[in-house]
Amino acid sequence: MIETIFFYLFASVTCLAGLMVISSRNPVHSVLFLILSFFNAAGLFILLGAEFLAMLLVVVYVGAVAVLFLFVVMMLDINFAELRDGFQRYMPLGLGVGGLLLTEILFVFFNRENMPERLDLTTGVSNTRALGRVLYTDYIYLFQIAGLILLVAMIGAITLTLRKRENVRKQSIKKQNERKREDTIEVVSVPTGVGIRKP
Amino acid sequence: MLFTQITFQAALPEYILALTALGLVLMAAFSGSTNSAKRFIKLTALVGYLLAFASIFVLPSESHSIYFGLFRINNFLIYMKAIVLIGAFFACWMVTSDWADGVEKPEYQVLIMLATLGMLLMISANDLISLYMGLELQSLPLYVIAAMHTRSLKSSEAGLKYFLLGALSSGMLLYGASLVYGYTGFTRFDDISSFISQNVASSGIIVGVVFMLSGLAFKISAAPFHMWTPDVYEGAPTPVTALFAITPKVAAITLLMNVTYFVFSDIRFEWMQVIIALSVASMIIGAFGAIMQKDLKRMMAYSSIAHMGYALAGLASGTHQGAAGVMIYLTTYVFMSAGAFSIILMMRRDGLPVQKLSDLSGLSSTHPYWSFGLMIFMFSMAGIPPLAGFFAKWYVFLAAVNSGLIPLAIIGVLTSVVGAFYYLRIIKLMYFEDVDQPLDEGAPTENVIILSLSIIVTVLFLFIIGPLREWSHGISQTFPVSGML
Repeated sequence: MIETIFFYLFASVTCLAGLMVISSRNPVHSVLFLILSFFNAAGLFILLGAEFLAMLLVVVYVGAVAVLFLFVVMMLDINFAELRDGFQRYMPLGLGVGGLLLTEILFVFFNRENMPERLDLTTGVSNTRALGRVLYTDYIYLFQIAGLILLVAMIGAITLTLRKRENVRKQSIKKQNERKREDTIEVVSVPTGVGIRKP
Repeated sequence: MLFTQITFQAALPEYILALTALGLVLMAAFSGSTNSAKRFIKLTALVGYLLAFASIFVLPSESHSIYFGLFRINNFLIYMKAIVLIGAFFACWMVTSDWADGVEKPEYQVLIMLATLGMLLMISANDLISLYMGLELQSLPLYVIAAMHTRSLKSSEAGLKYFLLGALSSGMLLYGASLVYGYTGFTRFDDISSFISQNVASSGIIVGVVFMLSGLAFKISAAPFHMWTPDVYEGAPTPVTALFAITPKVAAITLLMNVTYFVFSDIRFEWMQVIIALSVASMIIGAFGAIMQKDLKRMMAYSSIAHMGYALAGLASGTHQGAAGVMIYLTTYVFMSAGAFSIILMMRRDGLPVQKLSDLSGLSSTHPYWSFGLMIFMFSMAGIPPLAGFFAKWYVFLAAVNSGLIPLAIIGVLTSVVGAFYYLRIIKLMYFEDVDQPLDEGAPTENVIILSLSIIVTVLFLFIIGPLREWSHGISQTFPVSGML
């Protein structure tokens, strides 16, 4: 009973938030609604018993991807009115794709008697533990390659974006410590009425 | 997981490359950017390749699979790894710090070493997942180094194009792999192959195989998946182009051969059609596309498309003879490309790199040795006997004829005649035209050594072809395809 209530709660909020993502006028609000919909989808995963996937969704999509979107939306100067110009033109395409997806969902809905039974996965081992058992043993090879690929991604991103710029007034502690008194200060006795002439 | 001695022994070259690459990261981070530090990093990378190459000789000679069957070696794969390591060594050695264009950063060495590691892992893949992981480890560093010359617009364009199309091809490969997994229930190559031999291959598996082949055809730039090649070859810094031309294709063709001959050997009539189509399209586009090119690197791109078409002709035969032909073809291809690119890298005028075909005019009077070398490679690529390229073409076409693909062989011979036109045009430019503006004198020793080595291999190939043929035939017997169809 309580499971059903929570399912409808999460599902309806996910759908409403998804609708708001595409209909809200302010792009920052869109991203925030996207985050809301991610959280509710994570709730649905927990109801299905997939707690690892739920945590992954929150950590990766909310923690990284959505924040990245937020940055991009705030930093790039995108003219959103211009983006909406093609609305009429792309309408048939969007309706076509949407209709196709709707047909597929309805197909599954009307054939639900013929679908295979839901497997009982409650073997007493949680998702996270089951993954942990094989990830570092059976799949250690792939785990290590994945590590190398991430290293390549990091080195690549830094190599392509880091460049040494001239004329940047950055504090150099070494330079400051090496400065001597003699290099910078000169004591000059100023004769009256003459002033200091630059050497 | 039992870490026995074989776990360490079978993947020795990979361990060496991985550890050297990680060491290079640390060295690049802490050594600063002085010229001597860069030279030291490059030297370490070269030592790493040499050690990995040396460790090839202590690998076990019988077939093994380690890491729960995710990684496999046998004599064929070991031979291909040796070819890749030779190519990577050449490509790394050719770059000298004062002759590099935007690739003088120490990260370049780290990235190409990781890419080479990816190629070795891809060759040894024995599972759909390890196939994909190896392929990505190979591709990602290549996207980065294509765009490495950050001040050049063309280099950025090349990197972006390569990345987008590469990502698309990875998607196709993954989609195909997911279909194969879905319809067989296995990811391990041995399991998939025994499943297919025991059951009737459903159309889902065949669609999956076609998608996987398309994804791999992208990586070897076989037509009609070749669109990126000319632009990337032209735009990327020349040392990077040399690397692209030499090594990744050898690894990708080996993987293609592994997938077709080993995993899907029981449905070879299905994949043979795909390979024949790819081969014919590549040979035709490679031959006719190069005719109008004015840029030497673009011409080499089309030439490499044509070469992949010829190699695929051997693969399309579906026989042991074809497998041996492809091995011989790739061996000659590595040396011919390495030699040709060692000359292209030396082409400078007033200290700036030039890459137009017209810059070669009258090269024989100013640089007799370079033009002699380029003449040898062009004759060899055109398939003039008794050079290496002739034997390579001979064996792949022989395999195609013997398995009844006579039209394919005829198209191959006709397109090599068309191809001979643009190879001979370069020789005409060098020997029968007047010097317009002479190129710079002086050449890095490394490039001259690579050039001389490649000339020796290309010219004296007729003395090693006999034993190489015997040996490659022996190795190709390990494939589960029949000797004759």
